[in-house]
Amino acid sequence: MAELKLPVSEETIRGLEVGDFVELSGRMITGRDAAHTWLMEEYREEVAPFMKDSVIYHCGPVVASNDDGTYDFVAAGPTTSIREEPYQADVIGRYGLRGVIGKGGMGAKTLAGLAEYGAVYLHAVGGAAQVLARAIPRVERVFMLEEFGVPEALWVIDVERFPVMVTMDSHGGSLHVEVEERSQAKLRELLDGAR
Amino acid sequence: MGNAGSYTETFVELIRRASTELPADVVAAIEEGRDAEESQGLASIALGTILNNIELARESSAPICQDTGTPVVWIHHPVGMSTRKLKADFETAVREATARKFLRPNAVDTLTGLNTGDGAGRGIPFIHFEEWNEPGIEARMILKGGGSENVGTQYKLPDTGLGAGRDLDGVRRAVLDAVFQAQGKGCAPGVLGVCVGGDRVSAFEASKRQLLRPLKDTNPVPELAELEERLLQEGNELGIGPMGFGGTTTLLAVKIGVLDRLPACYFVTISYMCWADRRAAVSINEGGDVTWLS
Repeated sequence: MAELKLPVSEETIRGLEVGDFVELSGRMITGRDAAHTWLMEEYREEVAPFMKDSVIYHCGPVVASNDDGTYDFVAAGPTTSIREEPYQADVIGRYGLRGVIGKGGMGAKTLAGLAEYGAVYLHAVGGAAQVLARAIPRVERVFMLEEFGVPEALWVIDVERFPVMVTMDSHGGSLHVEVEERSQAKLRELLDGAR
Repeated sequence: MGNAGSYTETFVELIRRASTELPADVVAAIEEGRDAEESQGLASIALGTILNNIELARESSAPICQDTGTPVVWIHHPVGMSTRKLKADFETAVREATARKFLRPNAVDTLTGLNTGDGAGRGIPFIHFEEWNEPGIEARMILKGGGSENVGTQYKLPDTGLGAGRDLDGVRRAVLDAVFQAQGKGCAPGVLGVCVGGDRVSAFEASKRQLLRPLKDTNPVPELAELEERLLQEGNELGIGPMGFGGTTTLLAVKIGVLDRLPACYFVTISYMCWADRRAAVSINEGGDVTWLS
């Protein structure tokens, strides 16, 4: 397993392959449905520095507000990524993202975007809300909290050894395509077998 | 008698247990899966992370998953007890459990898109009542997450594409196709609750009720017991694995129930429960004594 510091270079990201397990440390940002639409409406200068050479995490966290005005993530597993398929490749290109974290994988358009811009899709373990919240020791700031609400806001977070699997790389590899093809062949075999 | 007091506090504890403590048989099945996967592979790492997560949630009494799902409960009650009162107690318990952060505010007004904020809403929680001859009550619940609910499905047999006729081999074909279609998206490894027969109202409820069964029990109907066993094995042979990373642990259990059907209809209905197979049960006797059930 490798530890990967954020921000990260294109060269390092292009060195990753499907099947690698990595732990991320450094600063990243969260964003899901409302965020992706908003990021594409126009270039959002205020969040751009937090995205360049870093990653976006598809996550709708449960957040506690502290008396001193700071926040803590108390449960923070990944949400299903495929809903961002129409926007993801363009968001990666426009903001210089090096990766996307989510669950369930993404489609052909995103896979092509990863190759074009030098980025990877990182799969977090779905449902592991406690393990992942503990890898997020600090919430730095938040954008669009009032407009979008807690789950949909863009949270800038510091992570420490945040565990993820590379399931789509910048060389056209996708574990999701591989597993689907293999399981389809096996399904045919089970259905064509003796009744 | 039970009607005099409130069951709210006991129901809050029932919900807390469901959300934060996974049943021992589910943990054991996940451990078995981890031990069977190639060590250091993605499947094994994912299951290891899941087991850590289960332990952290239990220690800190925090939700196992941030999607705390729909509370679905089946309540057996004695003759003459008001189900309106029981319903109010359970709904109050859902609100209280949400305020105490055992549940996420998880009910959204479908027309306005606004969260109700307290965990309850139209049709949420889902409560099913049944009268029995015992003097006490028994409540058995699950928390059914949204990601896995999205991969639940219903087949209408015959299905030409699957070569599925109106018999148990047709059922087998439909269920295997559902597992294939789900891939890892329902947060595999999953538990399948299946209903054969029924209609489009009754069958989904009956498929969810199957999820109350202990993972290692044996179906009292021999041909269904055999089919459950075979589907567990063949489902795992698909090689989808934890989270769809590939591997031998795709399903933890398959549970099948039957309802009678109309001559024209033959439905196979599948509810997919994620690895966070959150179920809890309690019995309360007429004196108010509480016993936690597995």
